[in-house]
Amino acid sequence: MGESAAAAITPARMASGARGVRGVLEHLGAQWPVGLVVALLLLVWYAAAVGLNAPQVSERLDNLGNPWGANELIAGTWNMERPVLPAPHQIAADFVSSLVDHEIDSPRNLLFHAGVTLTATLLGFGLGVALGVAIAVGVVHNRVLDRGLLPWIIASQTIPILAIAPMVVVVLGSLGYPALVSKAVISMYLCFFPVAIGMVKGLRSPDPLQLDLMRTYSAGASQVLGKLRLPAALPYLFASAKVAIATSLIGAIVGELPTGAQAGLGARLLQGSYFGQTVQIWSALVMASLLGVALVAAVGLVERATQRWMGARPA
Amino acid sequence: MLESAQGAAHGGPAAQSGATAQHSGGAGAAPVPLRDAGTAALPQAVEARDLSLVFQTADAPVTALTDVNLNIARGEFVSFIGPSGCGKTTLMRVIADLERPSSGSILVNGMSPEAARLARAYGYVFQAAALYPWRNVLKNVMLPLEVMGVPAAEREPRARAQLTQVGLEGFERKFPWQLSGGMQQRVSIARALAIEPQLLLMDEPFGALDEITRDHLNEQLLRLWERTRKTVIFVTHSISEAVFLSSRIVVMSPRPGRIIEIIDNTLPASGRTLDLRDSPRFAEVAHRVRLALRAGHSYE
Repeated sequence: MGESAAAAITPARMASGARGVRGVLEHLGAQWPVGLVVALLLLVWYAAAVGLNAPQVSERLDNLGNPWGANELIAGTWNMERPVLPAPHQIAADFVSSLVDHEIDSPRNLLFHAGVTLTATLLGFGLGVALGVAIAVGVVHNRVLDRGLLPWIIASQTIPILAIAPMVVVVLGSLGYPALVSKAVISMYLCFFPVAIGMVKGLRSPDPLQLDLMRTYSAGASQVLGKLRLPAALPYLFASAKVAIATSLIGAIVGELPTGAQAGLGARLLQGSYFGQTVQIWSALVMASLLGVALVAAVGLVERATQRWMGARPA
Repeated sequence: MLESAQGAAHGGPAAQSGATAQHSGGAGAAPVPLRDAGTAALPQAVEARDLSLVFQTADAPVTALTDVNLNIARGEFVSFIGPSGCGKTTLMRVIADLERPSSGSILVNGMSPEAARLARAYGYVFQAAALYPWRNVLKNVMLPLEVMGVPAAEREPRARAQLTQVGLEGFERKFPWQLSGGMQQRVSIARALAIEPQLLLMDEPFGALDEITRDHLNEQLLRLWERTRKTVIFVTHSISEAVFLSSRIVVMSPRPGRIIEIIDNTLPASGRTLDLRDSPRFAEVAHRVRLALRAGHSYE
């Protein structure tokens, strides 16, 4: 079996060695399902834009008094100033223009808002991971915490974050903390949960023999934690961290809604909805989702670097 | 509780018959002074008297060990052999303080098993290598040295020396998944030897390996024992492995787990080679072991 595997590797290696147009085409060829889904999505989106915006457009065309047909209607639905559903090219144009036409520190530049939200997200994520790991360590080492704490943690996650967020903002604000702190705390509140759950599982993942081994060395609990439980829990931590960093971003955006903040993707969303600037809302949403993808990818990169460092078998 | 039970069992050479049973749970036992290590001979590696262990399971208690009486002298190579469920691994785990006996007494190097464990008196080799996958070979062998607070500068030379003992020099930077099962188990033996214990506990260490690898490792282990003369306790369910390696063979039987017979191996104490296993003398000892196993009615 080992020999046949080795034989199979050789031609594959030769093919990848001969990189060229064919290799690129093959690579693209493997990506066609992604392209198909995107194309279908765009098709549905444009159709929905027509359907949702048509009543307003037809009303306006009627008011103008000129005869109009399907072409005028469709063109109108795809180019409204404040559409119910903006067309993708409108969002793209607004997105690009915000990046290109304004300075990076201008409140009209989406990167500026993304940066503000990112700061709160990372701070909240850091706090949330620290809290989640601390809770998991306590739960694994202490029976009382195991029985007593977990129900409260689960209950905490059943409360809608939108109900909690304003109170956090008010309380921390009255204590004199800057808005960044209350946003980070809301982020932390959302993202410690997957970390705590994943780490409890991870810290308990060493098999009995690995634990017995530590016992034969008369190792203390902190040594078992540092040399066995924590390294064994790292894969679980990264799985949790990918969920946590995405929810942390949501927490930061939600935290920007009740603060009346002037900066941040949440504030941008709120302003858009005050003034009916649907295109602006959607381009802020696009920025938020790109930020989320980038954050999850960043966690993935750290995970891969850690795996390499810890000698994991290459996948 | 364990301490006082052990104190009660002290004094006088341990007999292998259970006639002088002292089932004192410890509560009413009169204190007997511990053996003075300075004036008396070195204590036995293991002294077990009337040892019993009952596991409390959900439905009914399971008697894993009953009336175990056993002395193991320093420098001996003793095998525990018997079918599954005969308590051989449990007995080893009691010696290692991984299980507590329900009654009876046991001393390891003249101490309670717990004191022996805290004194780091033994190295334990498990059925599986139980290497930590995120540590390379060298760091796996250095693990017990780190835990036990050996100065950082000493760890690496000591670990390298043990890897040489098991024939693994050159593999220091490999990770466990890059090694064969036999090599992994050799790393785990080097790891057990790294703390230089006087007592080596081996729980079916080669059970999961193919016969060719197992033969090779048996011979290596025998050479290692001849060189170091450490006390080795070896759990196996292979008759030929037990006869080939041991100076004494403890035959055990299940339901309840107990010792059936202790067989002295008449084969030469040193210089055994694999060829010896084809000799009539080897067959004779193996036959005695087989008869003892059959006497335990363990083949139903």
